[in-house]
Amino acid sequence: MAFAAFSSSNPKLSHGPVRSSKVVLALLLPGMLYLAMFFMVPLVSLIITSLETPAASGAYGMYDYGFDVSSYVDVTTRYLPQILRSFGYAFLATLFALIISYPLAYFVGVRLRPRPLIQKLTLTLVIAPFFISFLLRTIAWKQLLSDDSAILNFLRSIHLWGEHQYFLGTPAAVIWGLTYNFIPFMTLPLYTSLERLDLRLLEAASDLYANPAAIFRKVTLPLTMPGVISGTLLTFIPITGDYVNASRDFLGSSSTSMIGNMVEADFLQNADYPAASALSAVLMAVILILVSVYVKRTGTEDLL
Amino acid sequence: MKNLRLGRKVLPLYSVLALVYLLIPIVYTIVFSFNNSERSNTVWQGFTLDKWINVCNRPDICESLGNSMLIGVVSTFIATVLGTAIAIGLVRYRFRARSLVSLSLFLPMATPEVVMGAGLAALFFNMGAEQGFVTIILAHVMFCLSFVVVTVKARVQTLDPVLEEAARDLYANPTGVFWRITFPLLLPGIISAALLSFALSFDDFIITYFNSGPINTFPKVVYIAAAKGVPAEANVVASAVFLLAILIVIGSQIMGSVRAKRLLK
Amino acid sequence: MAKEFVAAGADLELRGIRKEFPGFTAIENLDLKIPAGEFFALLGPSGCGKTTTLRIVAGLEEPTSGQVLIGGVDETFVKPHERPVNTVFQSYALFPHMTILENVAFGLRRRKVDDPLSKAREALNLVELGHIGERRPQQLSGGQQQRVALARALVNRPSLLLLDEPLGALDLKLRRQMQIELKAIQMDVGLTFLHVTHDQEEAMDMADTVAVMHKGQIEQMGAPEALYERPRTSFVAKFLGQSNIFVGTVKETSANSLSIEVAGNKISVPKDRAVKQTGKIAIGVRPEKVEFHRKKPAANTSLNILGPGEIKDIRFTGVSNQYLIDIPNIGDVIVFAQNIGISPVIELGEQVWVSFKIEHAFGLADLPAGDED
Repeated sequence: MAFAAFSSSNPKLSHGPVRSSKVVLALLLPGMLYLAMFFMVPLVSLIITSLETPAASGAYGMYDYGFDVSSYVDVTTRYLPQILRSFGYAFLATLFALIISYPLAYFVGVRLRPRPLIQKLTLTLVIAPFFISFLLRTIAWKQLLSDDSAILNFLRSIHLWGEHQYFLGTPAAVIWGLTYNFIPFMTLPLYTSLERLDLRLLEAASDLYANPAAIFRKVTLPLTMPGVISGTLLTFIPITGDYVNASRDFLGSSSTSMIGNMVEADFLQNADYPAASALSAVLMAVILILVSVYVKRTGTEDLL
Repeated sequence: MKNLRLGRKVLPLYSVLALVYLLIPIVYTIVFSFNNSERSNTVWQGFTLDKWINVCNRPDICESLGNSMLIGVVSTFIATVLGTAIAIGLVRYRFRARSLVSLSLFLPMATPEVVMGAGLAALFFNMGAEQGFVTIILAHVMFCLSFVVVTVKARVQTLDPVLEEAARDLYANPTGVFWRITFPLLLPGIISAALLSFALSFDDFIITYFNSGPINTFPKVVYIAAAKGVPAEANVVASAVFLLAILIVIGSQIMGSVRAKRLLK
Repeated sequence: MAKEFVAAGADLELRGIRKEFPGFTAIENLDLKIPAGEFFALLGPSGCGKTTTLRIVAGLEEPTSGQVLIGGVDETFVKPHERPVNTVFQSYALFPHMTILENVAFGLRRRKVDDPLSKAREALNLVELGHIGERRPQQLSGGQQQRVALARALVNRPSLLLLDEPLGALDLKLRRQMQIELKAIQMDVGLTFLHVTHDQEEAMDMADTVAVMHKGQIEQMGAPEALYERPRTSFVAKFLGQSNIFVGTVKETSANSLSIEVAGNKISVPKDRAVKQTGKIAIGVRPEKVEFHRKKPAANTSLNILGPGEIKDIRFTGVSNQYLIDIPNIGDVIVFAQNIGISPVIELGEQVWVSFKIEHAFGLADLPAGDED
């Protein structure tokens, strides 16, 4: 779906998939076993760890297996602000990413269709941020929008920004960073949908007296909805777990911390593995709910 | 009519502005790789090629670059082999567990990195495994796998099975069919998948941070340095990788276009 | 390991072939024998099972039950790459990443035959494409691709050549030309051809034997003329060319013929041309065998006369005119009249009688759909 952006669309084939055979097992088994081992099992591990209790020996960072759900109670109350903040930032960043990406994806996917080489090159430019280190591009914004940066000073000079007002460390800065960093994840699925849009349908709508706004509302948007939804999922979900943008060393401050920051702190600094695991499990649970709602409505065939 | 003409100009203009917005941090990063800075790279102090030439003056940057490359190559190889097999299986065969397989491949793409990172760390801890190169590679293969499958799958879907049937009809045994027909025709997709996988592995931070132990990868070094100030040498590495990646992608697109034009003559 | 195949054609025998897919049965029960060196056409509408049959012979599908014997050898479960059979696919299936020459040489290389490239060139010369060996399939026109596909198959000298509607994508003139060339090559090289098509003109033109397939079964098989002049079932009568069919109960039987009565008209058919001879039967006649008259012709024991009826439609198709005559209580009768003079010879709405020779009538084994009891 998303990453098929660079391939040509839907050729006619002689026939579809054939009945299962032993070959399928050989092809799928190694990869699926790998996933089972290194994706499923870790999730289970997380749950097990979240239910552990502090070691009877009292040793720091050591835990005994148990069935203690107190960690869940603990993280959902203690970290409620971070949880709400994460989903709030994710919602806003996803919304902004959608608003910024859709027209861009439309331009490349629809308007540039007559010039395929230009189309491919422009698409490459659109996802170019993807090719430069995630951390460095976040740091670039940190420098560009720091308290004493040229941009802020320019805005101050034309009275659009307060003298002692700063940008870094505010929720706005974090959301700015999140939006920017995840735009490629939103744009690619949108582009894939738009690139496959049959323009003759737009022509037909126009022939039937629809003005451009109506064409967009009644034809373009509904037909590209799959791209919008999968782009939204692929953007919203990773953002909820991000912690680099919100980190003090990047665009955030201690008042903008998200779920990820807490997991990092508890896991890597405080050795509070049950808390970190419980928080991760809570996040994962919400995501699984979102994904299952999506799958229920659209099925699994188009997932990949 | 006027409405339409205005609309025709607005969208390209917006797109140019949006592209500029997207490229600003990239340009900034590349420009500041030429900054004649001491420890922190926040203020422009003059143009120099010194950082590019002597990038290993910061041994931690250099060493981490080597590590990231090695990890990238190994992870990419494993993920590409496993993922290509899955992609072919998914497209070519009908089987009952199909929904389950699709879902299992989708979930890693949709799972936040903190969850995967913490989970893997918990797994390795419970297994008693020491963190290092192996744990990093195992982690990277895991999250690259789904992306390889998606990319190769798109290519397999354009491959008409009748070509493989024709090969069998012309006396090619199963191995012959794969190596002479399937693989060559899938190669562009496999290469795209490999490049994507390498990019994901090289740039990965969160999952690696949870599972790397003493090994430094390039993103890890940058993150740690972010508190004090990221040195210009880091910009050099990032810029070099970026330029290389862009050149490869653009180059292959132009070559593909030229070849297509030549064939249609 | 160079596999040596018989240079001349081999015969093909299908015994009790049945093919089931989840949800439907593609082939019910197929028995077929094609002698060596024959050009055999399997004719039928889409979905009748003919392509499935071809794929089973090629080894690309396994039958649910039954046997495939090629040259007397049971090849039912032999893999395609070990059978002495080659296929010309409907979409040609030329390998896009190889040159034309390499495409044609592919099978030879897999079989480790000596000097594959010169043999490939020979094959390309046979289809008059020797000069484009270095091009890629995408650079060729449809007709050229079709010839390359043919050369690629023929160069392997298969005992049995399977053709899956290979001329479908070509325009009319090119198709006619290729039909002539294919037939010439087949007769020249002496191979056995199994040609699958839905184009009945093509089948009748090229084949020594035609089998009409319908809903997974062969309804009738024989020389094209035999099938055309004496169809056995109403499907064959209507699929192969057009037919006028009259349904009635057998009223009279004589030494040589039997008759039915339809709306007061007597229609007779010779006994040796009637499959079913009692009860309710269907008698048919080809439109080109029917004449129309402005005045009722004199009664004649060798003629079936029907009418009067009204000319409802006239179609001009160049070589002939097609007339649709509506006879009350009988229905529409189609008449083809060759354009010997200057048309039209008659106007819409005129009243005519139709007649045809009794010896041209044929009696079917079944009744047309909708006329059954």
